[in-house]
Amino acid sequence: MSNMFAHLNLSHFRVSVEEGIALVTFDRDGDKVNSLGTPIIREMEAVVDVIEREASIVAAIIVSGKEDTFIAGADVTELAAYTTAAQAQELSTRAHKGFARLEALGREKPIIAAIHGAALGGGLELALACSGRVASDADVTKLGLPEVKLGLLPGAGGTQRLPRLVGLTNALDLILSGKDVRAKKALKLGLVDEVVPRPVLLEAAKRAVNKALQGKPLRPARGFTRLRSPLAKVLRDIADPEFLQEVALEENPVGQRLLFKKAKERLLERTHGLYPAPEAALDAMRTGILEGSEAGYAAEAEHFGKLVVSPEARALISIFFAQQATKKDTGTTAKVEPREVKKLGVLGGGLMGGGIAYVSATKLHIPVRINEVDDAAIGRGLAHVRQLIDKDVERRRTTRFEAERILSRVTGTSSYDGFANADLVVEAVFEDLELKRRVLLDVEKRVPPTCVFASNTSSIPIASIAEVSSRPEAVLGMHYFSPVEKMPLLEVVTTAKTADWAVATAVKVGKAQGKTVIVVRDGPGFYTSRILAPYMNEAAWLLVEGASIEDIDAALVEMGFPVGPLTLLDEVGIDVGNKVAHIMAKAFGSRMNAPEAMDSLIRDGRQGRKNGRGLYVYEKGKKRGPDASVYDLLGGKSRGRSRIPRDEIRERVSLQMVNEAVRCLDDGILRSARDGDIGAVFGLGFPPFLGGPFRHVDRQGARAVLERLKHYTASFGERFRPAEGLERHAAAGTTFHPM
Amino acid sequence: MAKPGFNHVGPRGRAAIVHGIRTPFVKSGTVFKHLSALELGKAAVAELVQRAAIDPVHIDRLVFGAVIPDPQAPNIAREIVLAAGLPRGIDAYSVSRACATSTQALVEAAQGIIAGDIDVAVVGGAESLSRVPITVSDNLADALMAANSAKDALGKAKPFLELGARDLLPKAPAIKEVSTGMSMGDSAEKMAKENRITRAAQDAFAYNSHKKAAAAWEKGIYDAEVMHMLLGRDYGQAVVKDGIVRPDSSLEKLASLPPVFDRNYGSVTAGSSSPLTDGAAALLVMSEERAQELGLVPLAFVRSWAFTALDPSWQLLQGPVFAAPKALERAGLTLEDLTLVDMHEAFAAQVLSNLYGFESKEFNDRYRGGAKPLGKVPEDKLNIHGGSVSLGHPFGATGARQALTMSRELSRRGEGFALITQCAAGGLGAALVLER
Repeated sequence: MSNMFAHLNLSHFRVSVEEGIALVTFDRDGDKVNSLGTPIIREMEAVVDVIEREASIVAAIIVSGKEDTFIAGADVTELAAYTTAAQAQELSTRAHKGFARLEALGREKPIIAAIHGAALGGGLELALACSGRVASDADVTKLGLPEVKLGLLPGAGGTQRLPRLVGLTNALDLILSGKDVRAKKALKLGLVDEVVPRPVLLEAAKRAVNKALQGKPLRPARGFTRLRSPLAKVLRDIADPEFLQEVALEENPVGQRLLFKKAKERLLERTHGLYPAPEAALDAMRTGILEGSEAGYAAEAEHFGKLVVSPEARALISIFFAQQATKKDTGTTAKVEPREVKKLGVLGGGLMGGGIAYVSATKLHIPVRINEVDDAAIGRGLAHVRQLIDKDVERRRTTRFEAERILSRVTGTSSYDGFANADLVVEAVFEDLELKRRVLLDVEKRVPPTCVFASNTSSIPIASIAEVSSRPEAVLGMHYFSPVEKMPLLEVVTTAKTADWAVATAVKVGKAQGKTVIVVRDGPGFYTSRILAPYMNEAAWLLVEGASIEDIDAALVEMGFPVGPLTLLDEVGIDVGNKVAHIMAKAFGSRMNAPEAMDSLIRDGRQGRKNGRGLYVYEKGKKRGPDASVYDLLGGKSRGRSRIPRDEIRERVSLQMVNEAVRCLDDGILRSARDGDIGAVFGLGFPPFLGGPFRHVDRQGARAVLERLKHYTASFGERFRPAEGLERHAAAGTTFHPM
Repeated sequence: MAKPGFNHVGPRGRAAIVHGIRTPFVKSGTVFKHLSALELGKAAVAELVQRAAIDPVHIDRLVFGAVIPDPQAPNIAREIVLAAGLPRGIDAYSVSRACATSTQALVEAAQGIIAGDIDVAVVGGAESLSRVPITVSDNLADALMAANSAKDALGKAKPFLELGARDLLPKAPAIKEVSTGMSMGDSAEKMAKENRITRAAQDAFAYNSHKKAAAAWEKGIYDAEVMHMLLGRDYGQAVVKDGIVRPDSSLEKLASLPPVFDRNYGSVTAGSSSPLTDGAAALLVMSEERAQELGLVPLAFVRSWAFTALDPSWQLLQGPVFAAPKALERAGLTLEDLTLVDMHEAFAAQVLSNLYGFESKEFNDRYRGGAKPLGKVPEDKLNIHGGSVSLGHPFGATGARQALTMSRELSRRGEGFALITQCAAGGLGAALVLER
């Protein structure tokens, strides 16, 4: 049987040979998922050697020995350990050589990848080097090249082989976005040759081997292409003019150049030149297509080497690891079991309440009961949930039947009937302490004593709500971000009285809802709202000092924030922002003061996008340019625009956030710098390639950051006073994260 | 003492009605016209499970029925389990017993609990008379089947060539006895004549039915039994009350209506008949012990039941006269022991005929072999919150609607017995005794 492989002493592969076909099962030792790294590639080369050499072997099939992954990608830990670009470039070159041999061998002895589960990054690149690919139709089967999300590019030939297989337009789309596709879409793209139910996957792979051995194409000609008449060609043109246009562009160098030019323009619009990885990927593809494969592979390896050690990739990888770590974090060090949540009560059917109901019904598969004041309000809440689910149906993430099934589990009430068996109640009512206390008392009377009560407030201290509770141990904060269905972060807020089991329960629910969860201690603004406050304030101070609206927003967008602070203020609502600002100023004193002039915006009835009047002009709900009349309202220096360099704007505004984050760690609001980075990146859009506020300080050195804060303290006083933690690390020359 | 041989206590105690809910009942072709029986039933069951605050994994079985079958969903009970988002592992089957359909569903659950087969069931029924399956003529059906199995275009076309214009007319399901060809109204009319039920008595009965139903709404009795339906993709249209009850009903108005089934000598009018209605009702039923374990307080318990049948060509809707004594005997009760009597009102003439059958020695001598008449039902115990004439009659849901109202009423009173009856197509009679 497999004794021709026995001498290899393989630890990550099992190989058996049957009727001349080698079945290569990849089963990475000591790991739940398959990933590619140096030891794997080394073993793989040995396996390929034997297949090449043994005359009795005529073909091979590569499968995974793991339950639900094919190969999840490269071993990120190994990449993170590289200290020089040369090391990483060498890995890439080695993979190129190995996969090139595989590809060449496949022309003699067909090699088919039989894919079930995730085939991502290096995993897909391996499959691309095979002579053919069959995939299972299971939901877990996903194919993609997500490297750019980690600040890398596909370094094992992906930028070269993918465009050749699926066309340039599709390849650009997949590689530059890093998104993955399901089997059905992969078939449509030509990424796989056949999609079959899992039980017959191996059978399909064997048939593919036989076809290849007989020199037959693996993919049957489809649709109009089967008809070989001039009429058919005309039909095809009519059927898909867009397809034709793309093909026309892709098939000549002028068209290709145009495509690359367009792709680059679109990319820079999105990244503002802050993300080198997609640019590098684009360049590698361009080189391969315009200058030939050899140059293309060389470019890919060179870029890969540089990217692996780039600060952007380092930061993105650190965020990736931090996120992995939060997945394992139960939210408490105590050994407690989270309570099982089988029914969720939601108070308030607005955007937040509806969003929370949606993520719970769709991801937790539990009944959700929404409490609202009347049928009209219940109806609006249910309609919001329906809209979100309808979108899932449109995008084929779920079926119509399943969507209706989920919707049946979400019902409303204007009393509290149906709450008697709620295991968790999340309130998302108006931000008003008295109201929140009242609903807490109302709920407590009706739910079992084991029910957790969570407030979705963004700024009201949980302890002040829990004060009225007869069982404060079950009260905590679950601070979701808007829109709930899109924003990845959940901030769980605990008071001194919150029980560990309640924390564990909230964390488990949040994770099941698909959220990245951080646990923070109660306090005004918790973590995220607290670090956002001085950031927003600084933008306001700059505005009053005379910086222009567009400069302020552009400065932060250029730094990598998704939107500028003033656009954000308009989105959140100037009234809401003002309210929070006053709460924070009251809690933290003058250093959190917003300029008084901002109150004049409120007096002028400006609430931002929601009433169409803010710092920007809105026409029919669409944001136009900055509203210059704001300057007159603010008065003072603001009236005569003075130029403040964008660099200064960016530094001052972001320093406020970073400094406050360190204070949160000093005060024990944060459990760790890791949570602080995660919270800022996933909750507030802190530039991910900077790795979060703490990673950002570590990279610049605490001393350098401290100096800048001192510099601004000299001009602006109190509000730039450095956090103690910065002084400490600066003095000791240490970092927040272990380096 | 209960009759020996009839058992209403299972290994885990009696069958308890723990919770119930119904949709508003509305005239067919109005606000629910776009909802099928399945959708109405799904809404009621989903709301019931939420309100009862029970973890749905405890439900062993769902028994449900609709009288007009939906060819797209023949086992409506199972479709409800799946569509309502309940655990897929809940067993489900559908029942059909004309207007006693959901009484049958309830009895199925009780029997299952008494036999120790199941512990918890959801039962009920739904009807959409707005969305009935329209069928084709026999000749067209033959042609379609023939065409379906034909191999070529010519063969497919041929069967249609022999059809006449009449064959192309669609057929709506008739509410008519298959055996006699008589409609329900015809039968009510016949019974009114044979039992000498006057037009005035019928109008007065209908009038009282509306007054009692309106008063029950007024007192908030139905607010707790009737869920709000939020319709449309935007959930913007709220239906919160029954659509048929007329608080402003008057004897003059009722007297002015023409008889509809026998225009010359008849007395049955639209006003004294139950109208075509859309709606659904559902009950949560479980063994006494299970209710205790789950900390749920039963509203009432099933004490006994009986189903009977008579010759449809005689007095089609006299079933209750035969079923009620049997059920009471099984319960070991007499009419005097009852706190409440709730009779399905297909027609005022039918209820009055049934009551005549309960009381009249002459009737009992003639048709029940000289059995002792059941007796006179005191007016203050009969249909105290209205009935099908005023609330409407979604065929499949009426039995569950009656059981819901009666078990809540018993619960309110804290003790007592309630007799529930239905007449049903085919000459069937149903009677159910609840106790508290």
